[in-house]
Amino acid sequence: MNYRMMGKFIYQILVIEWIFMIPALLISFYYHETHAVHGYLLSLAIIAGIILLLYLMCKDAPSGFYAKDGLTCVGISWIVMGLLGCLPFYFSGEIPAFIDAFFEIVSGFTTTGSSIVPEVEKLSMGILYWRSFSHWVGGMGVLVFLLAIASVDKRSSGYTMHLLRAESPGPDVGKLVPKMRRTASILYKIYIVITLLNIIFLLIGHMPLFEAVCTAFGTAGTGGFGVKNDSIAGYSPYLQNVCTIFMLLFGVNFSCYYLLLIKQFKNVFKDEELRLYIGIVIASIGLIVWNLRGFYGSMEETVRHAAFQVSSIITTTGFASTDFDLWPGFSKSILLCLMLVGACAGSTGGGFKVGRLLFLLKNLRRNILQVIHPRKVQVVRNNNRVVREKVLDNVNAYLAAYVMIIFISFIIISIDGFSITTNISAVFACFNNIGPGFEAVGPTCNFASYGVLSKLVLILDMLAGRLEIFPILVLFSRNTWTRA
Amino acid sequence: MNIIVAGDGKVGSALVRQLSSDEYNITLIDSNPRVLENTIEQYDVMAVTGNCATMDVLSEAGVEDADLLIAATSEDEINLLCCFTAHGMNPKIKTIARVRNPEYHEQTHKMKDSFGLSFMVNPDFQAAVEIERMLKFPVSLKREYLSNGHFEIIELKIDEKSSLKDVQLKDLNNVIKCSVLVCIVMRDGKAIAPMGDFTIRTGDRVYVTAPIESLSTLLTNLNMVTYKVRRVVVCGGNRISYYLAKRLQKTGVSVEIIEKDYDRCLLLANDLPEASIIHGDAGSQTLWRSEKIDQCDALITMTGLDELNIIISLYGTSNHVPQVITSIGHMFNSNIVNDLELGSVISPKELCSSQIVSYVRAMRNQTGAALSVHPFADSHAEALEFRVDETTMYCGQALKDISLKKGILIAGIKHAVLKQGISTEIPNGNSSFHPGDILIVVVSGNQEIYQLNEIFVS
Repeated sequence: MNYRMMGKFIYQILVIEWIFMIPALLISFYYHETHAVHGYLLSLAIIAGIILLLYLMCKDAPSGFYAKDGLTCVGISWIVMGLLGCLPFYFSGEIPAFIDAFFEIVSGFTTTGSSIVPEVEKLSMGILYWRSFSHWVGGMGVLVFLLAIASVDKRSSGYTMHLLRAESPGPDVGKLVPKMRRTASILYKIYIVITLLNIIFLLIGHMPLFEAVCTAFGTAGTGGFGVKNDSIAGYSPYLQNVCTIFMLLFGVNFSCYYLLLIKQFKNVFKDEELRLYIGIVIASIGLIVWNLRGFYGSMEETVRHAAFQVSSIITTTGFASTDFDLWPGFSKSILLCLMLVGACAGSTGGGFKVGRLLFLLKNLRRNILQVIHPRKVQVVRNNNRVVREKVLDNVNAYLAAYVMIIFISFIIISIDGFSITTNISAVFACFNNIGPGFEAVGPTCNFASYGVLSKLVLILDMLAGRLEIFPILVLFSRNTWTRA
Repeated sequence: MNIIVAGDGKVGSALVRQLSSDEYNITLIDSNPRVLENTIEQYDVMAVTGNCATMDVLSEAGVEDADLLIAATSEDEINLLCCFTAHGMNPKIKTIARVRNPEYHEQTHKMKDSFGLSFMVNPDFQAAVEIERMLKFPVSLKREYLSNGHFEIIELKIDEKSSLKDVQLKDLNNVIKCSVLVCIVMRDGKAIAPMGDFTIRTGDRVYVTAPIESLSTLLTNLNMVTYKVRRVVVCGGNRISYYLAKRLQKTGVSVEIIEKDYDRCLLLANDLPEASIIHGDAGSQTLWRSEKIDQCDALITMTGLDELNIIISLYGTSNHVPQVITSIGHMFNSNIVNDLELGSVISPKELCSSQIVSYVRAMRNQTGAALSVHPFADSHAEALEFRVDETTMYCGQALKDISLKKGILIAGIKHAVLKQGISTEIPNGNSSFHPGDILIVVVSGNQEIYQLNEIFVS
């Protein structure tokens, strides 16, 4: 384990976090929020101290970085980022309990959007901004940001691949262009452009600037923190539709946008994952509209809410345009299933990922055919290209880890005595980075009533969900910490 | 610069290692995804799986925007086809093919013209040329030739008996009584750029530059005996042996090739009428004795197996064969190999990739770029050759008044105009350079220098 190299990474990430916190401080200044300003100044001072300490300890770290170091480094840096990122909430006194503040910021960075704040509108502007901004930076990943701006020395340039793999979601992560730095900056440029478009469309619908920026951050990271108590429900139908469309856009694999940029339209439209994603969205909207007939006053309203909720859940954003907890059982079941599917690989969304589902289905089909024709030699293809067996193995292993974590978390948080639906949907909502669940953790309620142990479990679930399980799982392996 | 490397074998990965820096965007093609996986975990490159001679795969690797294609798979035909296909898809691309078959090698020039091939490398032929050069001065030295052979970088291994042991660098020229410049000292696997008060110790490997004229003086003063090679034993009858024997025959050296495969022996006997081809296992001790390996002037081991080469070479050095040359494929530049008594070590694949890297470097910047680049000291340092022109700073000033960046050294000057009757000079503080001269610049550490003016502190 290359601890000093890891320290070097962590202090670089903290520098980025420190810089990102400055705008939040300025906003607090602008609105004369003394508590928030005080909280930010104290937090910035503490983070600066830690950066300095780590810098002095790790500035001349030896190079050499392997898969294990990459995974561990990503896991630890996200935890550290959460622990320090929650300080403004805690010091400003707006979220008095530390565990709650930690839960809130991890929910932000992992783009979950599960909140423990009962009255969002009571929070100050500076705090609201930081809360929503955490979605934006967590969506694409702070390490990817680091890769985009930091130069890497020649001898250890290969390790960047481990970092990209650990932080970017999907079964088979690759680069867009030969250089990691350019790949990362292309991803961020696409991300920034779509976010700006989102803000502009929201402004056209007369949303105030501050709310538009925060809502766009929540949409871009597929997070789901709103600035209103009723999430998106109070906004006009136009604004709700804008959110629907942008949520769906951010749930698409970003390499599709890159292919559009380099004018390879054919490959985008033929992308099997994208097709399946669109198919699932349309089918779910259709079924829910059919199930909800007569529930709302007009057909337009029914379609709008169905489309909004389906996009919100499948992209794991977690905004709500209506209290879907009141919907009939069939519609709720569809939403519950969508929670498990998640968005496309390589997007900012969480969940199991449509891409993995696709591989699983194809592998299943192959295994069924194998039973019928035992001598048939088959390979799994995706976009007309052979999928490596190792990737398929990884998908299977991922499924196993995924199910296991859901079971264990579900059992542990059941200790707090809530209903089964509440508990299972809470685990689903956190682990898949969605946000709201059903019943006691539904769109109008929050996670504040869970105990400390449950909150810790849910925090780990959120991190595991965002980082695709393994970077968090390796932290629990004894093997990681022994000298190899 | 966008470069496509086809074939992630030994040459391919050596190329990626040497070229992976900020300046080059490398896309690697190989048909084996497992090999690629390994490489992308080590270097910042992109990988494409597939047959590099197909248009689909080449277009996926971005051949339309590429500046250079290097085809280095193990198959000559695929390499050539790959280059032709790429050239057809993008007429502006430069292509380098690795071609080993002697039949193709002989038609190199014609193929260059008619197929738009920019450059062909033949690792086997190059290794043979290199070995032949080594045999001219039969001592166990690693040597790099610079500036068309006017300068050399020589590696001196310091052992117990060496007269350089415990000598301070500032006294060095008094001991060897000729002018050389110490560029780099390798000690315990680390490269050191030494100062005047540096003391040479046993176990060091000292790299010096010397003009070719003073080489024999240097060797005599270091008590390294030189004499003419008359009998060479080559273990392994591969293509290098073929090229080498063919070249040595012309100079009247008697060559013996030991090869295990009978059919291969017949083939060699056919093609090399003057060499004696011996059918037998080069690893057998009986054969060593019956063929009197210990009494030859030079022993060259290049069976396909590194381990076998090492063992035969150890036998040779322990029996005081004056010159032993070992060919190593995998472990080149590793500390373990360097510590063994193997005589001179060469690696055909490394030679090949160095040659390609020099071409790429020269191509990157047409004006003012290095004429050639020679990595040495286990690639910890590089010797670059530059031509001084009117744009070069500090022309005509004494070197002692010019400040160079850290880790950079002017190690040799070849004057265009004769200066006191000599053209090559190992510079001292009073030396100066003028337009038209050629400078040998040694760069250590991880720096990369592309333009001559980059060596000066600005």
